[in-house]
Amino acid sequence: MQTLLGVVAANGLITAFTLVGLTVWLSYWLSRVLTHGRIHGSAIAIILGLAAAWWAGKLTGGTRGVADISLLSGLGLMGGGMLRDFGIVSTAFGVQLGELKKSGVVGVISIFVGVLVSFIVGAVVAIGFGYRDAISITTIGAGAVTYIVGPVTGAAIGASSEVLALSVAAGVVKAVLVMVATPMVARYIGLNNPQTAMVFGGLMGTTSGVAGGLAATDPRLVPYGAMTATFYTGVGCLLGPSLLYFAVRALV
Amino acid sequence: MIIYGVALLSGCSLVGLFVGELLGKLLGVQANVGGVGIAMLLLVLASGSKLCQPLVSGESATGIKFWSAMYIPIIVAMAAGQNVVAAVDGGMLALLAGALATVLCFLLVPVLARMGPQGVPLPPLDTAADNKPAQPGSH
Repeated sequence: MQTLLGVVAANGLITAFTLVGLTVWLSYWLSRVLTHGRIHGSAIAIILGLAAAWWAGKLTGGTRGVADISLLSGLGLMGGGMLRDFGIVSTAFGVQLGELKKSGVVGVISIFVGVLVSFIVGAVVAIGFGYRDAISITTIGAGAVTYIVGPVTGAAIGASSEVLALSVAAGVVKAVLVMVATPMVARYIGLNNPQTAMVFGGLMGTTSGVAGGLAATDPRLVPYGAMTATFYTGVGCLLGPSLLYFAVRALV
Repeated sequence: MIIYGVALLSGCSLVGLFVGELLGKLLGVQANVGGVGIAMLLLVLASGSKLCQPLVSGESATGIKFWSAMYIPIIVAMAAGQNVVAAVDGGMLALLAGALATVLCFLLVPVLARMGPQGVPLPPLDTAADNKPAQPGSH
């Protein structure tokens, strides 16, 4: 047993491949048997992943889900920024340049609309919960943009750590919700073609959410959504501590 | 050679991320601006160019296709590494801010999509999961 655990711990990434493989297999089986394929296997796999992350977070008190359990740290490497970005780039293979050009302009518009709408919603909710200072309102609004824009903005304008935590939490709620809900709402918002996927990526913006949500909807849409989403966090970090903060300060 | 495809993919990723970092520095932002998107564009351009043909056809292509097939498993691992406890423990404020922003943006997708050129729906995937009858124009 000791030897087995040693092998598992020393080969983190290989362990991760094995575990994820088993999870995906189980998910596709559940999808077929329980839902007759109505809920896609990859959507179930992502939900199982999130559930495991919640369980691990409760167990360890850490912030990195199952990656905080030392035996499973390989999952952190497999699902970390490096391989995630590498995987996203690889999905662009086979994409037609023409498809991207077609929605270029509306794709760019969607990024700005997405940042602005999410920010305003977050800011209004913050005001609704009794926050009256521009710094807190801006930071929570920025958190509703993405969980990276929130703390970057908050740190730049000097928000309290309590507000920073709230803003990260708002962003994580959004990322998780986009992952889980996208396959369910895809039919109703016409998310079945590259052009709409680009608009979707620009509006939602949260890279992990868009990457997960589109993967569970139709993997062929991933490169188009990811293409715009990847600019979103940058735009958010640019506008948050500057234009949006000044606007809020002028209003309150 | 499979490694040629993998190397091309890696090269595009590195150049893209580097340009994204530079853009971030230039704009005074503490974030990578579009690095992944630039890398994707490079890969699209490379696979269309005559010069890179040997790197994106035959054996070499399988080096890229392998990683794009590994994409969903990577996303599952990513989901397992999210700070879900923070999302749940953030309370009503975090829940409302995140959820309302998501719902409103979902609703805006068809509105903005109508502004651009109309996309043609992709043909259905031929997996068991997609064998349900299509319902065009529902809601």
